[in-house]
Amino acid sequence: MHELAVTEGILKVALEAAAQAGGPRIHAIDLVIGDLSGMVDDSIQFYFDILSRDTAAAGATLRFRREPANVTCQECAAHYTAQPPLMPLCTRCGSAQLRVIGGRELRVESIEVEEQP
Amino acid sequence: MRIPVVRNILSANDQVAQENRAAFAATRTFAINLMASPGAGKTSLILATAARLPAGVRPGVIEGDLASRIDAEKVAEHGIPVVQINTGGNCHLDAPMIRSALAELPLAEIDLLFIENVGNLVCPAEFDLGANRAVVVASTPEGHDKPYKYPGMFAAADAVVLNKSDVMAVFDFDLDFFRRGVAMVNQKAPVFVVSCRTGAGLAAWVEWLSDQWYT
Repeated sequence: MHELAVTEGILKVALEAAAQAGGPRIHAIDLVIGDLSGMVDDSIQFYFDILSRDTAAAGATLRFRREPANVTCQECAAHYTAQPPLMPLCTRCGSAQLRVIGGRELRVESIEVEEQP
Repeated sequence: MRIPVVRNILSANDQVAQENRAAFAATRTFAINLMASPGAGKTSLILATAARLPAGVRPGVIEGDLASRIDAEKVAEHGIPVVQINTGGNCHLDAPMIRSALAELPLAEIDLLFIENVGNLVCPAEFDLGANRAVVVASTPEGHDKPYKYPGMFAAADAVVLNKSDVMAVFDFDLDFFRRGVAMVNQKAPVFVVSCRTGAGLAAWVEWLSDQWYT
C-alpha cells in the first residue's frame, strides 16, 4: 500500500548515488526487499516509471532480490522460509514454538550506470 | 558500471526521525507511536491512559488521520493538547509530518506524547517517526490471526495492547493463539490484555508505560 513512498525513496537514494559519481545515467537499480514488508514489486515498478521521467534514472530497470523471513522451530530445530500469512505450526513437527527473523529489509544495494568517457 | 550503494530506501525519512528524536530528548518528552487497524481503539486507549497517568504527568497527542478532525476534537474535549495531521489519503505518518506537527505543540509542557498513526496494519511499520516506543493496538473483534497475517507490524512493536477484552468470548477470540503469533515474530514485546470500556487490565499497561519514560 505504501509503495509510492517507498518508490520515492528508491529514486532519491539512486539519484544521489549517481550524482556523487558525476551524474551518469542509471540503467538499473538493485534492491533488497523483505518478504514481510508488504511490498508488491510490480507496483513499485509502476510508480518508478512515472516518478523517474525526466530524471537520470528514466527507463531504468528495477532488479528485486527478495529477502525471506526465516522460521526456526524451537522444538525440532527445523529451518525454513515463510511468507505472510505465517503458518502457526511447524511444517515438520507441528510445534507452535516458532521464531521468525528477517524479511524486513528495504535497501538499495547498488546501481548500474552508463560508462562515462 | 556498478556502483555499490547499500542504503536504506527510507533513509531520508530516518534522518528526519533522528531530528524528531533529538527534539523529544531536548524537552524530555516521551513519544509513543501508536499503530493499529481502524477501529481497534487507539483514541480510546489514549484517553483511558491519560486518565490514569500518575499525577503531574502531562500528556499530549498528535492525531494522524486520512481526513477529518473527529479524533482530535474528542481528545481536545479532555483538555489535552492535540494537533491533527490529515495525511490526505496517505496510508501512514512519516517523520517529516511529525516534524511539522511538533512546531504546533507546546512540547516543553508535554511529558508523554501519543502519536496516533493512521489506522493500518501494514504501512506504518516501515516509517520511523522518531518516537521512543512503538505500540501496536489490536482488538478482539479483529480476530486472533492478526500477528500471523501482519507479522511486520507485530515485529516492530515494543509492546502490544489487546483491546476489547470484555467481548473476547463473543468473538471466539483464542488468546493463546494470538500470544503465540506475537511471540513468533517478537519475543521482547509484552502483551497487555485490556478493555478501554470497562478499564480492565489498564493498570498493568499504565505501569509498564510509566516504567519506560524518562524520570
